[in-house]
Amino acid sequence: MEILNEDMGLVAESAAGLLNKSHPITAFRALRDSGIALGYDKAIVGEMAEMGWMGIALPEDVDGADFGFRAAGLIAEEMGKNLTAGPFVSTAVLAATVLRNAGGDALAQWGPRIAGGEAVIALAMDEGVKHRPDRIVTTATKDATGVTLNGRKSFVVDGIDADRLIVTAKAGDALMLVMVDPQTAGVSVTSQVMLDHRNAAVVTFDNAIVPAEAILVEGKAAETALTAALNAGRAVLAAEQLGVARVAAEQTFEYLRTRKQFGVLIGMFQSLQHRAADLYCELEQTASLVAEALNALDQGRDNAEALSRAAKAKSARVGRQATEEGVQMHGGIGMTDEMDLGLFMKRDRALTEFLGDAGYHTEWLLRQRGI
Amino acid sequence: MTDLDTFREETRVWLEANCPAEMREPMGEDDICWGGRSFEFSSPAQKQWLDAMAGRGWTVPAWPKDCGGADLSGAEQKILSEEMKRINARPPLQSFGIWMLGPALLQFGSDEQKRHYLPQIARGEVRWCQGYSEPGAGSDLASLQTKGVDKGDHFEVTGQKIWTSYADKADWIFCLVRTEPDEKKHTGISFLLFDMDSEGVTTKPIKLISGASPFCETFFDAVKVPSEQIVGERGQGWTIAKYLLTHEREMIGGSDSAIFAKSDLISDAAQAIGLDDAGRLDDPMMRADLGKFIVDEMAFDAHVTMTRAYMRAGNELGARSAELKYLGTELNKQRQSLRVAAGGADDLVWEGASNDAGQAAKDWLRSKANSIEGGTSEVMLSILSKAILKMPG
Repeated sequence: MEILNEDMGLVAESAAGLLNKSHPITAFRALRDSGIALGYDKAIVGEMAEMGWMGIALPEDVDGADFGFRAAGLIAEEMGKNLTAGPFVSTAVLAATVLRNAGGDALAQWGPRIAGGEAVIALAMDEGVKHRPDRIVTTATKDATGVTLNGRKSFVVDGIDADRLIVTAKAGDALMLVMVDPQTAGVSVTSQVMLDHRNAAVVTFDNAIVPAEAILVEGKAAETALTAALNAGRAVLAAEQLGVARVAAEQTFEYLRTRKQFGVLIGMFQSLQHRAADLYCELEQTASLVAEALNALDQGRDNAEALSRAAKAKSARVGRQATEEGVQMHGGIGMTDEMDLGLFMKRDRALTEFLGDAGYHTEWLLRQRGI
Repeated sequence: MTDLDTFREETRVWLEANCPAEMREPMGEDDICWGGRSFEFSSPAQKQWLDAMAGRGWTVPAWPKDCGGADLSGAEQKILSEEMKRINARPPLQSFGIWMLGPALLQFGSDEQKRHYLPQIARGEVRWCQGYSEPGAGSDLASLQTKGVDKGDHFEVTGQKIWTSYADKADWIFCLVRTEPDEKKHTGISFLLFDMDSEGVTTKPIKLISGASPFCETFFDAVKVPSEQIVGERGQGWTIAKYLLTHEREMIGGSDSAIFAKSDLISDAAQAIGLDDAGRLDDPMMRADLGKFIVDEMAFDAHVTMTRAYMRAGNELGARSAELKYLGTELNKQRQSLRVAAGGADDLVWEGASNDAGQAAKDWLRSKANSIEGGTSEVMLSILSKAILKMPG
């Protein structure tokens, strides 16, 4: 329903074009079947950089495209539709936004590498099984030699084989964001292949010492930088999840239009028609909420955080509706690996957990309203 | 300054000067200005505000100037509505004439009809009602049986309508009538306009579960309707009716829809139920329901915003009006159910000393009609599954 301006229309068109052609669902399937643990094809980082996507959230003086989060959302939605795997959200949205807010040497040094597709940087923040970025046990202790890190981070998306990790840690009571080379002594990165065949690492820090320059930002400024990155990540991931849900739904609608039982097309049955139409309505209003959240971020509106969280909560609920209805309406065939639906269902599940599920974000919204 | 900046500046100054203070107060159902021959203004300020806005064409800003409007562009309409919202200005006039008949006449009416009927609507002089549903034609509207027999210079209309909103208060009716009995059901209907004071018209209010009687039964006994009071061609009534229904559904579905009673659900719930030691609503299950509602309401509001922009850019909503109607009415039912659940015993009160005694219970009961009037939720889903999803059958 949203009317895209010319620039955004071109972004959406080029994203659909490239991903459909070079990285469609069949490519993801082949990648999975090849069994590589990384979870994505390394060549895609360069391709995305060439399109200007890796630098989409970075300023032009560090070679970024500075195109805003609405554009990032349009790309992520196409990635969701095509199940394209690549370190876009981790590096081009989350890490880039932290660095942009931190500024200074780190941005000057790493901005161009991200934009150029030469660096993958993962955000290591969660410590438990659920996304709780404010529950940090990992410690950062400053001394003459630099900063000593101790702790354990889980669900570090794209953390395996990353060039750098941005680690959240507590320096006393204050939040600190530290840029860590995973090769540092005392840092160990364990690969975990997840149900959606992407990788999320577990990273442990055992008296890992990094130089003082590795501190990106601390205290209040660190909270601001992390919040900015998380808000952007929430809305962009909601867009990816919307893409997943849209294709799962479209494949299901097509099945209803073509599958015959009892001598008729099953799309004739009103019980299925009404569930399909309800799902369509939910997808449409989710799309509007996601677009509104991304626009609010780009415009720096006061309600951007509330909208981003609402978008993430809504896309989680509707993504689940789309994939569950999809399997149910397909019947037995929907349970087979041959169909794409299962791939969408698995990706949807992982996207719900990444950066917080519907309950987590709804809780924040309830708090914000004073109950 | 761009032209739009100038327009905003002038609009702001004019509204400040012309919107009476009383017309900037929050409004209840009784404060709506419906207009019409027998309308009693609740205050001189209400009439003054209507006349001032109508004088500028701003009761119907998008309509052409010779039809009583101001011919404002989409961007100008948005500015006007933003500036009105800024000072909490009440809508000067609300009516079925504006929401439904107007768009249909602009699309299908003759030039004479437009210039005759539309300015009266814009000035609030004539109040219209809609003669659609019949006892035997509800969701299956096209099976309607009210007949209009061609008598040369007029049609003789006989039959019964039901659920005619405010028929007892309306001056004129736009009415679906079967004029071509030999045609198929969708192609035998014509769209007629006539005066409710005509001989042979009677109305009877229907008392609802909310205690209110917004709807009527309407009877026609050989009512003479001059032949020129047909809109479009004979047999074209269903096409016009469908077009008009999309506007009705947009109206019902819109988030600031006149039929959705507004309340501050969250703070009312906090006040009624109280908070626990951790500052959470002291009812975890209701809190979870409210959380889900908050997210759904934000999604729907965003969708209304996007839809408005889509329409301002010149797109017709068509079947997608069913999507707005379905989502908006189901959400409002949810809102009213949560509201009375939070209010508990207080919101069981039906009669009492305070002004708004029974209001929550009445709004809750009223909301049950939201997913029935203007086409049921089930009809909306059927429309969408066929028109948008291209389901067979």
